[in-house]
Amino acid sequence: MPDPLQTLEPVTGVGLPALKNEMMLPAVLDPWAGHALYEAANLAKKVPGSKVYLVSLGQKAKLQQVMMTIAQKVSFELVAIDGPASGFTDAHEVAPALAAAIMAIPGIDKSRLLLFGGWESASRGAGATMQILGEILGITDQFEGVDEITVQDDGSFQVLERVEGGKHQVSTCAGTPAVLGWATGNLGEPRNDPQVGMANMRTVMPALQRAKPAKVAAEGVLYGRVELPKQQRNTRIVKDMPADQIAREIIEWISQK
Amino acid sequence: METILFVTSTEADGTLNRHALEALGTAVDTAVSLPGSPLVVGLFGEKIEAAANSIANCGAVRFLGVEGAEFTQARYATDAAALEMLCRASKATLVIAPATSRMARVIAGVSHRLNGRIDTHVNAIATSNDQVAITRWFYRQRMFSELTRTQRPWLLSVDSGCHTAYQGESQNVDIELLPIVLGSDHLRTKVAGFKAPSADQQTIRPDADLLFVTGAGWTKKQKDGQTHPKEAEQLILGFLRETKASLGGSKSLVDMSGEGEQVLQFMSHLNQVGQTGATPRHPKGLSTCCHGEEPHVVGWRFIRERRAVNLDPNCGWARGKADVLYVADAFEVVAKVNALLAEKHSTVNA
Ligand SMILES: Cc1cc2nc3c(=O)[nH]c(=O)nc-3n(C[C@H](O)[C@H](O)[C@H](O)COP(=O)(O)OP(=O)(O)OC[C@H]3O[C@@H](n4cnc5c(N)ncnc54)[C@H](O)[C@@H]3O)c2cc1C
Repeated sequence: MPDPLQTLEPVTGVGLPALKNEMMLPAVLDPWAGHALYEAANLAKKVPGSKVYLVSLGQKAKLQQVMMTIAQKVSFELVAIDGPASGFTDAHEVAPALAAAIMAIPGIDKSRLLLFGGWESASRGAGATMQILGEILGITDQFEGVDEITVQDDGSFQVLERVEGGKHQVSTCAGTPAVLGWATGNLGEPRNDPQVGMANMRTVMPALQRAKPAKVAAEGVLYGRVELPKQQRNTRIVKDMPADQIAREIIEWISQK
Repeated sequence: METILFVTSTEADGTLNRHALEALGTAVDTAVSLPGSPLVVGLFGEKIEAAANSIANCGAVRFLGVEGAEFTQARYATDAAALEMLCRASKATLVIAPATSRMARVIAGVSHRLNGRIDTHVNAIATSNDQVAITRWFYRQRMFSELTRTQRPWLLSVDSGCHTAYQGESQNVDIELLPIVLGSDHLRTKVAGFKAPSADQQTIRPDADLLFVTGAGWTKKQKDGQTHPKEAEQLILGFLRETKASLGGSKSLVDMSGEGEQVLQFMSHLNQVGQTGATPRHPKGLSTCCHGEEPHVVGWRFIRERRAVNLDPNCGWARGKADVLYVADAFEVVAKVNALLAEKHSTVNA
């Protein structure tokens, strides 16, 4: 997705709405998906015999750009799908494309799958793709807003999911397969490791070359005009007011109903 | 013409929470504005009778329910089975649910089972000439659009704070309980309970009138060249105690707290506001020691009145993001606010 530090402006696209200069905007890995990737890699390190695949749908050129920044972070094998990573496409079309790519991974054992992803994207923020993907793959143990997984020796695992009021729901699942839509998790961003980068790049370039185009849009959806909120406020900038007076103003303001 | 299903889970005590009643308010309005479109209510949970009775007069033509001990827990497999059954039995073309964490966990998956479509985080539902259109945000509150869909059933989860909550007289209603057969596959996950910070560390208060946002500045070197983490902690906790505000944080600050630095142990990622944090709804928000960068401020979309305290007159807030920017030292201002409020409270209590 486009780097959130950029100014994003909607324009009328061909078929679906789009972003101004969308192809020029620098791309980053969707932040919550990034946390999911780091958590997956961390878990794989602890559970021998595990392997992390990163299945990603995006314009080929953008995927390549994103790989440049994340390939040095953790070990994974890329499965690339060439298609739009827009906030205006429909999860009902994205999920089948991802499912097809997952099922095509040679030797994949669906019964031992932990399907990690961001619980919501930074583009549409729907929280729909992972659930639909799980349904397509027949996985009905699903968790959303996950901040922690702890795997037990018997293969069962405990999950902490975000719920209302700053709390976590604590669940235990008997074992794989399961879908985990990650929130922030507990890990910081891994430091760059050039060796990991080199190992990853051996599979990244061929994966990008192999990337199959996916027809992903939003059939049956009719968008009205996409608008930017009127966000500009007339900011009153208060300088040189003593702290005491500011405090009184703030108290008066917060006391007003 | 549509058949509209309002569907939600019940609370542990068998009632409906405010968010659910807001979504019901939306569903009732939608049904009224589409002549000839019946409203059906679907509830699931351990017990649903009290909840159904409490909304007896919402205009629904049927009350459907899935009930049982297995539906006490918010678990994907059982909740999805219940929701699927309620949707099918109602023959709904439009399904309206609150976007609570419990409903949000399953509603998209169920839309796939029904060969329908999902839109989540809906902020408004509008109708004109029998057409239904919804409004939602894209790119994390950067832009919004109205959209319609041709496919049915169309499932919609509605955000909180977007509609007034339904209110009506209670009355006994006849509930059509739907039988549901669960296998061991439905019960592979067991919910053990909830993990919450201890009462004095419970800093997230969704119903608070004020969001108090703290930024990384609280941990930075101050004019004496030193950091003051203990003082920062006391000032922030003091402010929360005096104002009952909900605590938000910038990413920089919560990341630091997560890394176990000697600062603000009560902050976690759950407090984070912004692009990769929460987008809470409060009438007012006060930002302190936070620069107001765009990925942070998108989390303020639903904060109506905004003020900020920052030493830097050129910080992000100054550029049309806040109503008032106080160019001042937040340590001094918050200390004063706390002292004045403590004084006020002690005179009230005296
Ligand atoms: C992909 C991505 C996602 C992101 N998501 C988020 C997100 O969800 N939420 C988020 O917050 N950020 C997010 N960011 C980061 C964001 O861009 C900023 O880096 C971050 O918000 C900065 O935090 P800050 O303002 O607290 O810290 P700083 O930028 O360090 O600002 C500290 C401020 O404190 C002020 N200050 C210091 N001392 C005092 C004092 N005594 N009194 C008053 N003011 C003082 C300083 O003037 C300064 O303005 C994201 C970035 C990216 C790239």
